[in-house]
Amino acid sequence: MKSLEVSQLAYAYPDGTQALFGVDLSIGRGERVALLGPNGAGKTTLVMHLNGILTPGHGTVHVAGVPVVRDRLKEVRQRVGLVFQDPDDQLFMPTVRDDVAFGPANMGVRGEELERVVKEALDRVGMLEAIDRPPHHLSFGQRRRVAVATVLAMEPEILVLDEPSSNLDPAARRELAEILRSLEVTVLMVTHDLPYALELCERSLILSGGVIAADGPTRELLADDGLLAAHRLELPYGFAIPAPPAGGRG
Amino acid sequence: MGAGHRHQLYRPGTTPVHRLPAQCKLLAVFAFAIVVVATPREAFWAFGLYAVMLAATAAAARVPFSFVARRMVIEIPFVLFAVFIPIIGLGERVTVLGLSLSAEALWAAWNILAKATLGVIASILLAATTEPRMILLGAQRLRLPSLLVQIAMFMLRYMDVIMDEMRRMRVARESRGFEARNLRHIPVIARSAGALFIRSYERGERVHLAMLSRGYSGSMPIVHDMSASARQWLTAGALPLTALAVMGMSLL
Repeated sequence: MKSLEVSQLAYAYPDGTQALFGVDLSIGRGERVALLGPNGAGKTTLVMHLNGILTPGHGTVHVAGVPVVRDRLKEVRQRVGLVFQDPDDQLFMPTVRDDVAFGPANMGVRGEELERVVKEALDRVGMLEAIDRPPHHLSFGQRRRVAVATVLAMEPEILVLDEPSSNLDPAARRELAEILRSLEVTVLMVTHDLPYALELCERSLILSGGVIAADGPTRELLADDGLLAAHRLELPYGFAIPAPPAGGRG
Repeated sequence: MGAGHRHQLYRPGTTPVHRLPAQCKLLAVFAFAIVVVATPREAFWAFGLYAVMLAATAAAARVPFSFVARRMVIEIPFVLFAVFIPIIGLGERVTVLGLSLSAEALWAAWNILAKATLGVIASILLAATTEPRMILLGAQRLRLPSLLVQIAMFMLRYMDVIMDEMRRMRVARESRGFEARNLRHIPVIARSAGALFIRSYERGERVHLAMLSRGYSGSMPIVHDMSASARQWLTAGALPLTALAVMGMSLL
């Protein structure tokens, strides 16, 4: 079964602006996929459909076989872990512990089991020692890692990250990459940080003008200057695609 | 960043007072305040005893006098008000230090000052021994509507974020040569306030989305064990019950 299956998804905002024009994509279990696209391509709009915050005007979304429809939102939201761009939006409880517990507690987990889930999720992102601290006392990079823990605690089928590398200093960026690589979970990473996509994801999709304009190995897509230019994507100055590592995942 | 704002009122500790469940302490302080207010103002000795009881509580909670004193500045507006009443009051006059004061108003001022001070000290002790979020959870336990508790929780969490945003806007204004010096600058400040409101409102919407994404369905899951034993209720009740006994004597 696919972790995520989107077919013919179209959406127009209430003011009439059409953002998505029939998006088709499918992501297999355990894959790490980057969703690339310039600002305004509809990336965030697409993400909002994955857990039913927006309802498609046309087309369907399935997460691990469960259709994203109103009656099944609870199941869907447990399966899709959305990590928002600004960790201050994601971390709304007074302490890290309470925040990580929020999701599983909404799913009915209580008591010692809840404590175990919370600690395990924080351990996976290396933030266990911050469990009793208030989120606003953490550094930005630490807050983003806690934000990842808040959704890991729900044991999602797929982790969806919105611009995970934004505002991170180089060390925090590398630490987050190491954490993401260590997770045994399907990942969809929405970004325009092309080197980060190359580092973490074997496969990439380019969303442009509300449709999937390209789908293939990240290395090949990023090597195609014409394709990138056509969709307002650019590699950073001086960046050359490094030779593939021998035998490992990209 | 926001560091330094926190713990202005709370003083971490592990004393028996700290360990009491928040709802017990909340109710105890509330009941104590009612007893104090209901005590006849002529019973000077009763107020003295109340003060001694609070001092004993502070000692048990290891809250030093200076900690309480510094936080009592919040009472200053009431003190000023109380000082002015006898000067502007009507009725029978008495002369104190060459000033002609209203006797009835002097009583009123004493009444306000004594009762407010005791109430403020009790609240400071509550805040000093209870984490803010625990006070809110305690209030929820005491059937304060959950929506109000949630609003207060978010205020607690986002106060620093919004203050930071405000500071950044001020820096941005000043970087471009603006400094609020007189009344003519009010429109600029007002527009900043408006922008801050809109930003906060939008953040509110994003936070709501984040909450929905993690299965929020209208009420916060209660993950803390907030139950209180009869013994804890009795311990917390010691303050208002003793106060009640004192009040009873003052009425005899």
